[in-house]
Amino acid sequence: MGHAYTPGLKVSAAAEFVRARILPIHGEVLVKQGDQVEPETVVARALLPGNVVTQHLSKELGMAASDVAEMMLVKAGDEVSRDQPVARSKGIFGMMKQTVVAPTTGVLESVSAVSGQAIYREEPIPVEVKAYISGVVSEVTEDLGVAVSARGTMVQGIFGIGPEVSGQVVVLVDDPTRPVTVSDISPEHKGKVLLGGSLADLATMRRAIEVDAAALIIGGIDATDLKTLLGYDLGVAITGTETIGLTIVVTEGFGQLDMSARTHKLLSSAAGAVASVSGATQIRAGVMRPEILIPQDVEAVEETAVDTGLLAVDSSIRIIRDPHFGALGKVVDLPPELQPLETEASVRILTVTLPDGQRVTLPRANVELVDESL
Amino acid sequence: MSAGDTPVRTILATDCGSTTTKAILIELTDDGYRLRVRGEAPTTVEAPFDDVTVGVINAVTEVAELAGRTLVDENGRIIMPAQGDAGVDMYLSTSSAGGGLQMLVAGVVRSMTAESAERAALGAGAIVMDVLSSNDKRKPHEQISRIRHLRPDMILLSGGVDGGTTSHVAELAELIAAADPRPRLGASYRLPVVFAGNKDAADAVGQALSSKSELSVVDNLRPTLDEENLGPARDQVHELFMEHVMAQAPGYDKLKSWTSAPVMPTPGAVGEIIQTIAREKKLSVMGVDIGGATTDVFSVFQGAFNRTVSANLGMSYSISNVLASTGLENVLRWVPFDIDESELRNRIKNKMVRPTTIPSRLRDLQVEQAIAREALRLSLVQHKNFATELKGVRQARDISEAFTQKGSGHSLVDMMALDLLVGSGGVLSHAPRRVQAALMLIDSFEPTGLTRLAVDSIFMMPQLGVLATVHAEAATQVFERDCLVPLGTCVAPVGSTRGGAPLASVTLDLPGGQQVFSIERGSLQRIELPTGARAHCRIEPARKVDIGAGPGAALDTELEGGEVGILLDGRGRPLEIPDSPSERVAAIERWSSNLDLYPSTPD
Repeated sequence: MGHAYTPGLKVSAAAEFVRARILPIHGEVLVKQGDQVEPETVVARALLPGNVVTQHLSKELGMAASDVAEMMLVKAGDEVSRDQPVARSKGIFGMMKQTVVAPTTGVLESVSAVSGQAIYREEPIPVEVKAYISGVVSEVTEDLGVAVSARGTMVQGIFGIGPEVSGQVVVLVDDPTRPVTVSDISPEHKGKVLLGGSLADLATMRRAIEVDAAALIIGGIDATDLKTLLGYDLGVAITGTETIGLTIVVTEGFGQLDMSARTHKLLSSAAGAVASVSGATQIRAGVMRPEILIPQDVEAVEETAVDTGLLAVDSSIRIIRDPHFGALGKVVDLPPELQPLETEASVRILTVTLPDGQRVTLPRANVELVDESL
Repeated sequence: MSAGDTPVRTILATDCGSTTTKAILIELTDDGYRLRVRGEAPTTVEAPFDDVTVGVINAVTEVAELAGRTLVDENGRIIMPAQGDAGVDMYLSTSSAGGGLQMLVAGVVRSMTAESAERAALGAGAIVMDVLSSNDKRKPHEQISRIRHLRPDMILLSGGVDGGTTSHVAELAELIAAADPRPRLGASYRLPVVFAGNKDAADAVGQALSSKSELSVVDNLRPTLDEENLGPARDQVHELFMEHVMAQAPGYDKLKSWTSAPVMPTPGAVGEIIQTIAREKKLSVMGVDIGGATTDVFSVFQGAFNRTVSANLGMSYSISNVLASTGLENVLRWVPFDIDESELRNRIKNKMVRPTTIPSRLRDLQVEQAIAREALRLSLVQHKNFATELKGVRQARDISEAFTQKGSGHSLVDMMALDLLVGSGGVLSHAPRRVQAALMLIDSFEPTGLTRLAVDSIFMMPQLGVLATVHAEAATQVFERDCLVPLGTCVAPVGSTRGGAPLASVTLDLPGGQQVFSIERGSLQRIELPTGARAHCRIEPARKVDIGAGPGAALDTELEGGEVGILLDGRGRPLEIPDSPSERVAAIERWSSNLDLYPSTPD
């Protein structure tokens, strides 16, 4: 029996997830190992060095850079306030003295005798890292951050936009093949994580932003709508920093695509629970997919098909390119020989049966594993 | 180790890419150096392996099995030097794993020292993240926050010709120091900064940067306005790449101890082989490598080497950006059927999020090849703008030049002078029919006159590039015999005729006898001439039409064959594609049919 390795998106009711919550620079960790944290708990904090402001003292004083040092009223390391005199020229016979004031409040870091340039450092900028998920601090990295662990439902999407958010899950449509419409969304959905079906059009996404929903989980969106929503054509799938006021997780792809029944059922069963959602997507080395994490009481963590990555006869797959894009099927054959396609390219293929009994042959590269318990 | 008196009989070379490590075995045969076998394995710089040499040994083991030669000893090390039927005489490697070499460059004037610094960094194989200059119109605090945000692997600072400005150079150094940039990989080492500017500013740069970075000073890369001296800066970048940057990547210390020459960044090695071929064969050469994320263009014209990287123009991760950059209309002009705009956008975005899928239907393939033409075309535009004569050079003008008001900095890229165009990357190398690769190259690069076309069969240019630094003869022989797949020669006259008169007449001495062909305006013809065959030809262009010898001048020469043969392209330069959709589709279908470009479409 042939087999191969292929990727897939994790969809599990009993997963373990650990998320690193790390500062960009050294700082202070505010929690300790074993602490219970909530999504909004601040777990670490740091002060980023302040912005730098430069000032061309030699130009402003009208003298050579090497002479500037003598004219300084403050020295490197001194704190200064905006508009405080920092240098004064000697003038002519003590007259017409030129005074230069600080352009900002902060610390004078240096004055160069070569360029005549002063560099000021403004107040440090505080940075905070939140827990993102409800769970337990499982590891502390001194001065840098923590790892937060939890068990529960985990669903990966194929593409997303928007930052980390959290909110209660609300089911908008019971049928994963039905599009969500504007009328499905109301003001009571403020702060909620909304579960849709096969499509959300532009007006519907804008409605979700208008009511201040936290996130929208949807089978498909139209690429043209995404361009209008963002205000630019997304060229490379590196996302997560968008600030449109809504985090979106697309579970299947672009176009109207039925949400996988398993994904919809799993998320529907968590209605009312608090989900942590991230739209961050990065499709290059070190792939990152958007995710929905719902911490719940789980006794034992399950291993799923996607964990093994093993594609074999009887594996459930999703077709991820035309023809039959979006269709689910079961693998019936994995011949090892290369076979020619309509394009005349010779590739590794597989044969699958679709739910209507049709048998189709496809390149192996054009399927992904559908996650299921093993 | 160099190719000394003892002949090097077996050479092993690997390229550690971001996803795959590729190994080739070269042997000295009665016929010179030839590729024996190749093998590959997944790259292992990430967990759970965290050691690049695991992937290297896996790829080498595949090579060993295929060649029936023991290459790895019981301790998991490559056997070197060769002992009888085991081991190799030389082992070399290139690497682009872990994102390659990402650099920030800075210079005083954007179009002069900063551009020279950019050329040096690109030539060394780097991805240039940004170019800072004193006149880039950003305020100092904006430049500082940009430096902070980028986290490069290395910074190349230039500025000032020798004896020129020191204060502007010092200012740039102070900005870099104030930003206190942290390296991308590893928190424990200091960021390498190479200073290759005005030698008089070296002390001031040292004062600003030596306590905050690993500063090294090399010869000025622009000692005078009229002269570029990129070698010392490029060599230093290579050295620091291995010493500092790659030393942070898991397993590289071990890999470094195995190789017979320093490990090179992959694109830097490709540049080496292109330069070696241009030098040894006295040719003007262009190479293009279209990948999933980026497209690299290399050129050697008038002995000057240039490389550009079009970040975010590629066929999978960046495919959506090709559409965003060129616009839908430019893609659709290559597609010989109607397609709904919204459907096409969704299709392209779906490829972006699932980049490993492949076209299984002919129409899908045609759309991907249409997008490839645009990615290649845009990359060439960027390359032409960058590969220029030095800007800022004082020029003596004669009276005719005074009227044309030509400034300095003309593009060096002269398609009429181009002798050889080499394509590489999946969409070109794996096109189901070679003629598809040939036409993608012609449609996007629009070569003029006579141009030989080739594709890199299995992308071994990186390994041959590093080999060229220590054994040019072996590298050149394998490049010509095993790496390149000759496609043939493109004949493209430039200029127009009146009243539908032919552009040129071509008399070809073919294996079956002499034949005369007429290049009609708007036509595209294919004439079979197999690989290795050469055909004498006489081309007689119309009065104002140029085929390389000047307007109206006839040309007697030899054309080289290949898997495609000779392509007579009368479609004009720039390419004339009808505007009306029905005429456009008819023209594309006519050209496709003449070239036997695609299998007939199923009903």
